[in-house]
Amino acid sequence: MREVAVLGIGQTKVEEQWDKSLRELAGDAALAALQDAGVGRVDAVYTGNMMSGSANFQQHLGSYIADWIGMRFAEGLRLEAACSSGSAAFRTGVLAVASGAVDTALTVAVEKMTDSPANEITAELATAADAEWEGDQGLSFVALNALVMRRYMHEYGWQHADFMPFTLNAHANGAHNPYARFQKAISEKAYLNAPVVCDPINVMDASPMGDGAAAVLLVPAEALRRLPGARVITVLASSGATDTIAVHNRRHGPFLQAAYLSAQQAYRQARLTPDDIDFFELHDAFTIMAALSLEASGFAERGQAPRLALDGEIRPTGRIPIATLGGLKARGHPVGATGMYQIVEVIRQLRGEAGGAQIDGARIGMTQNIGGSGSNILTHILGCS
Amino acid sequence: MEIPRHWRIKKQRYALVGEVCPHCDAKIFPPRDVCPECGGEAKTPFAFTGRGEIYSYTVMNDAPAGYQESTPYTVALVKLQEGPMVTAQLTDLGSQPVEIGMPVEMVTRRIRSDGDERGMLVYGYKFRPVMQA
Repeated sequence: MREVAVLGIGQTKVEEQWDKSLRELAGDAALAALQDAGVGRVDAVYTGNMMSGSANFQQHLGSYIADWIGMRFAEGLRLEAACSSGSAAFRTGVLAVASGAVDTALTVAVEKMTDSPANEITAELATAADAEWEGDQGLSFVALNALVMRRYMHEYGWQHADFMPFTLNAHANGAHNPYARFQKAISEKAYLNAPVVCDPINVMDASPMGDGAAAVLLVPAEALRRLPGARVITVLASSGATDTIAVHNRRHGPFLQAAYLSAQQAYRQARLTPDDIDFFELHDAFTIMAALSLEASGFAERGQAPRLALDGEIRPTGRIPIATLGGLKARGHPVGATGMYQIVEVIRQLRGEAGGAQIDGARIGMTQNIGGSGSNILTHILGCS
Repeated sequence: MEIPRHWRIKKQRYALVGEVCPHCDAKIFPPRDVCPECGGEAKTPFAFTGRGEIYSYTVMNDAPAGYQESTPYTVALVKLQEGPMVTAQLTDLGSQPVEIGMPVEMVTRRIRSDGDERGMLVYGYKFRPVMQA
């Protein structure tokens, strides 16, 4: 397998982009990545997206996006893994370049959510769960996460307020990210008094949706290493694992077994341990998922991630900074694009381009993207040489 | 919501009919013909008693399309006596507070209506607190 490097990145701001269509958003991010890389043609375009079929009445994004950005005749595929679709597109690009099958892969991920009314989007998001045995019972995606959170609090004795540091940290960091949906810090009062969505999850535990797209251009690292003095950002690990589609079939209690397995595999590939990771862009779709991701990836003992957060170890100066550019909570969660935003944010940190959110000495960053309520989890580690 | 996808699982929706594994005796719901415990073929029907207890719960205040008429409603993970866990709505709660560990039993109720769109009413299992004798 060839070593894979990043040549360019692009992204749009996450927000309600009423004047932009699905393909215009994808095009903005993709063309920004091509411009950043100084590349005119690519061999393949891999597009990540969760729900364009129901939200935008458009499928076949492999051709649709390649055509739109002027790459017709290139290979074009669409990858879908619910909220992990962005990472799925990135991983496909990594595998294609690593294998030698493709020399330049443009990976782009997009979600255009505001074309659907809110209650339809709620129903569409619920299709990430088991439609017959979860969705048909009238549960939303938030409800499934609330079931996990309540059980976690019951088993480990945490109170709702103990999850507050995850939200405060994300918003404080998002204030420095011009691409974030919410660019301001929030108060403890705002967290504690937020309206309840599905008890114990309140509005400030949950990430906001939004329209957005992000893109990364991948090439073989050897091509870049020939350039003198170039700082090369490479993919040190790419891995995925699945768990049961339905929460009720999990055998491990409130624990993300697929996150554990994909993180372990990523550490093995990169020959690293959690101690080597400088910062971690995790999937804080809900505060409970940030906690579970930290535990499954080896940064906290089972049931102890809120302690890590309460001790300030998740902040930019802590042991394992998370959501360094706002995370899903403040940057926003354009579902199928989120995984690509995580990768782009890691690259901005490794390049030293994170502005006021810059982590000192950021050399190795990890992402973890959670599809469904823990049923499809991809982990990536990137490093800077 | 299409009629066949509801019709073909009516035994599960109305009577909690699952399967039992002939190799390891694991009880399986919903049926999947492959035992999730031992991986063996498991096609023997098994009717669950419908008794269980609350493993976790929450309240739906904003319902997905098709479920709005019954908001707010409580949903739960119910651990069945025989082992498997199911996701379902709770009903007949009255003023009783819901708690983890609370014993519940299955009843048949209307789950959703498509309103004017197709006019379909979907019935299935919900769980209520076990009646004290």
